[in-house]
Amino acid sequence: MDKPDRPEDRQSIASRAEEFLQVFKRGAEFTQELLRENERLRYRLVQLEERLREAEKSPVTGGDDHLLLRIRDLENERHHLLNKFKEVEAENKDFANRYLEIEEENNNLANLYVASYQLHSTLDFREVMQIILEIVINLIGAEEFGILLLDEKTNELRAVATEGIHQEGIPAVRLGEGTIGRAAKDGTNHFAAKILHEGPIDPVDPMVCIPLKIKEHVIGVIAIYRLLQQKEKFTPLDLELFTLLAGHAATATFASKLYSESERKLSTIQGFIELLTK
Amino acid sequence: MAYKVLIVEDSATMRQLIGFALKRIQGVQITEAQDGMDGLKKISSDKFDLALIDINMPLLDGLKLVKLIRSDPRCKDIPIAMITTEGAREDRERALQLGANEYLTKPIQQVEVARVARTLLGIG
Repeated sequence: MDKPDRPEDRQSIASRAEEFLQVFKRGAEFTQELLRENERLRYRLVQLEERLREAEKSPVTGGDDHLLLRIRDLENERHHLLNKFKEVEAENKDFANRYLEIEEENNNLANLYVASYQLHSTLDFREVMQIILEIVINLIGAEEFGILLLDEKTNELRAVATEGIHQEGIPAVRLGEGTIGRAAKDGTNHFAAKILHEGPIDPVDPMVCIPLKIKEHVIGVIAIYRLLQQKEKFTPLDLELFTLLAGHAATATFASKLYSESERKLSTIQGFIELLTK
Repeated sequence: MAYKVLIVEDSATMRQLIGFALKRIQGVQITEAQDGMDGLKKISSDKFDLALIDINMPLLDGLKLVKLIRSDPRCKDIPIAMITTEGAREDRERALQLGANEYLTKPIQQVEVARVARTLLGIG
């Protein structure tokens, strides 16, 4: 390479070298700056990682406590409301059950009222018998049954009214004999273990025997042999009706019999009086 | 609103009991008939919103009465509920076939009678 001979050339070369040096210097400074920035960012990264690790160890700190408390309050409130809801639900069920009970009670009372009302609505013996039959068919649901009255002279129970079975089909029963006679003598209700819907019946061995009683004095018996097809079992209302029948049907029967006899005697006496006064 | 209901039933006990059940419905006016013929006479001479009819009755049974009602243009559309001791399926089917809308068996439940009456009267 040729040496610059002229002073202008030497000066130009020096100025270009100076420029290169400046560029290199700026490059070095920039590199230094980058290194510092890198250092700073690495430090920041380490800091953040440190905070993240701490945050993972205890997720809520400081101002988040307020939120945590609020969440706990809301959770408590939710539990309280759920419990309240369950209580109200249970109360509703209780009300529904009580409503059904009251409905059933209403039904029972209406049945008992009607039975009692009808039994005492007449003094005609035949009508009283008809009403007892109607009650046993319609309110209890019996298909085949009879009303037997006690003849105190012969101590025999004889059928005076029947439903679904001929009156002659039920033989006279002596007091104390067989299912009917025993129920009448003891004055206690008889219920067979099995409810009969099909098959032949035994006229002296009914499924149910209800003695008709005035206080402890038995005047007759209702003997039930068969229930209606749809009547599957006796209900508490039936037992109430049996109790009602035992007392009210007995007094209604007794009163109507006395009334019929007194009417007959009255007309006989009136006949005599008319004969005597003519 | 008034609802005219006819009870055709030969048993006074049952008429009174059905009447009790119907009194649960506001505005019900009850007319009673003691047998099928009486029922036919009353249903032909007045306009009813509902008839509750027994099956086993003297003079004219409930099934024949339903048949006559359904063939009479004056009253053929009246809703009818049978209330009877006959619990066999074929009895129920026969009654419904003849034109009864509902079929209840004895012994009755007051709530059930009131429910059926309400439905047939179109009040829920």
